Amino acid sequence: MSALEAAAASRAGLSARDHREVCARLGREPNPVEARMVAVMWSEHCGYKHSKTALRRLPGRSPRVLSGPGENAGVVALGGGWALAFKMESHNHPSAVDPYNGAATGVGGIIRDILAMGARPVALLDSLRFGPLDEPRPRRLAAGVIAGIAGYGNAIGVPTVGGELRTAPCYRDTPLVNVACLGLLRADRVATAAAAGPGNPVLYVGARTGRDGIGGAAFASTELDGAREATDRASVQMGDPFTGKLLIEATLQALETGGVVAIQDMGAAGLTCAASEMAARGGVGVTLDLDRVPLREAGMRPEEILLSESQERMLLVVTPAAVDAIAGIFRRWGLAAEVVGEVTAERRLRVLAAGRVVADLPPDVLAEAPAYDPASEPPADLRERWRLPQLPKTDPADALLRLLAHPDVASKRAVYEQYDHAVGIRTVVGPGADAAVLRVLEAPPLGVALAADGNARWCAADPRRGAAFVVLEAAANLACAGAEPVAVTDCLNFGSPERAAGYWAFVETIEGIAEACRALDVPVVGGNVSFYNEADGGAGIAPTPVVGLAGAVPDVARTVPVGFQRDGDVIVLVGDGETGLGASLYVQVVAGQAGGRPADPAPPRAAAAIACVRDAVRGGLLASAHDCADGGLAVALAEACVAGARGASVTWLAQPDVLFGEGTGRFVVSGSPSQYRALEAMARERRVALRVLGRVEGDRLRITPPGTRAPAVDLSVEAMRAAWTSLEV
Amino acid sequence: MTWGVVVFPGANCDRDCAHVLRAVLGADVVEVWHADRALDGIDALVLPGGFSYGDYLRSGAVAATAAIMPALRAFAAAGGPVLGICNGFQILTEARLLPGVLMRNRSLRFRCHPVWVRVESVATPFTAGLRAGEVLQMPIAHGEGAYLAPPETLDALAAAGRIVFRYCDARGRVVPAANPNGSAAAIAGVANAAGNVVGLMPHPERASEALLGSSDGRRLFESAAAWVASRRPAASGAAR
Repeated sequence: MSALEAAAASRAGLSARDHREVCARLGREPNPVEARMVAVMWSEHCGYKHSKTALRRLPGRSPRVLSGPGENAGVVALGGGWALAFKMESHNHPSAVDPYNGAATGVGGIIRDILAMGARPVALLDSLRFGPLDEPRPRRLAAGVIAGIAGYGNAIGVPTVGGELRTAPCYRDTPLVNVACLGLLRADRVATAAAAGPGNPVLYVGARTGRDGIGGAAFASTELDGAREATDRASVQMGDPFTGKLLIEATLQALETGGVVAIQDMGAAGLTCAASEMAARGGVGVTLDLDRVPLREAGMRPEEILLSESQERMLLVVTPAAVDAIAGIFRRWGLAAEVVGEVTAERRLRVLAAGRVVADLPPDVLAEAPAYDPASEPPADLRERWRLPQLPKTDPADALLRLLAHPDVASKRAVYEQYDHAVGIRTVVGPGADAAVLRVLEAPPLGVALAADGNARWCAADPRRGAAFVVLEAAANLACAGAEPVAVTDCLNFGSPERAAGYWAFVETIEGIAEACRALDVPVVGGNVSFYNEADGGAGIAPTPVVGLAGAVPDVARTVPVGFQRDGDVIVLVGDGETGLGASLYVQVVAGQAGGRPADPAPPRAAAAIACVRDAVRGGLLASAHDCADGGLAVALAEACVAGARGASVTWLAQPDVLFGEGTGRFVVSGSPSQYRALEAMARERRVALRVLGRVEGDRLRITPPGTRAPAVDLSVEAMRAAWTSLEV
Repeated sequence: MTWGVVVFPGANCDRDCAHVLRAVLGADVVEVWHADRALDGIDALVLPGGFSYGDYLRSGAVAATAAIMPALRAFAAAGGPVLGICNGFQILTEARLLPGVLMRNRSLRFRCHPVWVRVESVATPFTAGLRAGEVLQMPIAHGEGAYLAPPETLDALAAAGRIVFRYCDARGRVVPAANPNGSAAAIAGVANAAGNVVGLMPHPERASEALLGSSDGRRLFESAAAWVASRRPAASGAAR
């Protein structure tokens, strides 16, 4: 490559290695427009170059799966002729430079992925990560992100029913915004993004194309650089929830006509991505005429039109007979609808502008980025990380209050009250519970339960164990709603994969997710990977896999709350999985730094306890159920007291590892004495351990070690409530 | 009984209202498109919540000039029952069918949670079947719900019994802590002079089934249905 060529390729964003690869595949140099298209499609964000080999290790099969990875979102049968579409995606980089619009368009983008499967979007979850909220920059980012989610989600009419928010110093400059969307559709009406039928028109619908978000996917595939922040803002798209709402209604009506052959959102890499992926999936070609693309402004260059990430746009392949009726539907909703090309038998993406061919290449070249096999090596200090730090002697009651006030545990009411979580009148259990529960209005009493979980403290210490922990915690959350997990979606947020230790953590994470999913017998139906969450040459974020889990609820009226319900009920610990202080929140809070290795998650044993609680909820054997997660048993007991506004008297050991140790597959449940006898029989049959902890009574949580008189913990519910509700955002 | 639900393009509670009216009340429902100009065969009308035309201007300002509005005004002038919920309330104030304005919440934040309201007037179709002083639980979900009007207007509304709902605590006490948005006189809903046009910020359609936490809101729709039925077969006339 000459110096001039190298400069041109580098301007387009292609590395020397990718430039050689594309020349070899094309048998020629790409022209400048093609080079830009390839560079964006082969960006990490679109092309999954560093991740696709490892991602194949995730289990994707299940008899319920109607559409798996490869389409815009996974689709899984729910029963009763209905199915759910489910996917989570990250919008981290845009949110770091423009938190409001970055988060807003993250919401819009995932909604359109669900819409592209033919599903009505009915619920959103978001997982957020910020630096410490007592610092000004993380506070500003958090306020902007939350306002962006509210601004878009509330207006478009899809309820935000749950999610999570955690803080750690590693997210100071690189916040994470992961948004999951759930859609519902008839099981026999799953849409596809595979173009077909040479001669079929390609219909552009939605908002007009402007100069926003050009090259956004490529921007999302590099480290952040504070000095570039002002120019990077041009890479962030602007959201318009009103147009997004119109697009939902018009698209669902268009799909009803039966004339839509294929459909895809124009998200990352815009028109280029939609056209090339739809053609590649269908084994056909597409010809596009850029002169027919509805534009916001005159004078846009071909590569700008091809790579604009303007929001609220979809690309459809429709039958010639239906094209006028379908375009009419979109226009009635006030949206643009123009035929911009057609499907061809020859497998080429041919782009015309002003009568000239400006790009002409096989769609597969764009849609199939090369797969890299990066070096992988455990970090040198792994054993050191596994050493538990010196723990100062701490009063357990004092430690419990500090844990309850920690942002990872504390109530997120101040956040979720800013989101409309009830629109759609499907939300049976909203935010604040272990899992959200939505009814399938169209097929009562069927429901769907949703949970999103992530815990970088565990994952930083041991990515494989940590990732398994995260999946099992999400499943434990669903169990409390009586839901059987049916689909996993994941956002894998990491630093640079070009560092051997970073890539090692990524591969270990995938193994951990896979182990837990196999134990739960649940498929991973989609998700995304976000690498390069690093800023200004820093070390990057801790490995942060975030897992979204959807479960089937046979009867939405049969769920139980987190909180204790009746004085005199028996409080029981279900499950006896290994616990420990390694990587626990307790260590972080009392020692001031994380440390130690998480306990063995033992997925099969955890899965048995999870199934037992689920069936006990379904069978009406419990009055309350809550899983033990951050802060272990003590925090779970305190939360059950606060949520039910009732005290508890518990006889239990009060050493820190017993009270605050973290592990998988453990639950604090309560029920009447007769319910307890039925639970005991069920647990015995399944070889799941039960231990009676005490009784619901009074207005204080008292934990008294056996054989002693003086409680080690004696706190009023009011004091615990005050600590737990202290988070301000 | 046939209800009309006006579908503005950015409405997002239109389907929820239609579901409650059809599936819970068993009524007939006609979805009225915002660009239509006629309201034929409709006994009562709902303006649902949402973001009618995006609400990038003042909420409801654009909707107040929609093509359907002249027909809506005529329907209201003839005494037809009209219920504006949330954005529908904002639209009715922008259209001057109801007095006052709805400003940004005092917290400057969107708020979504259950509230209690006390029934202050039963002289409307939507409250005729309720008792004055009754406490209802319904959720709110709005960023611009602070009801404001000049003091003399507020006095006149109170004197004429046109304040329909006030925010209160669970026991019906109108206390500052129960006012979620800074509304003047804790006003959650008002009526026009004839009583047939009512706007409120809480969402009765989200509180119409026990499974969702409250069915108090259903009683507003049932009240209007009974009110309409009691006037048949006579042509709809004065509302009081």
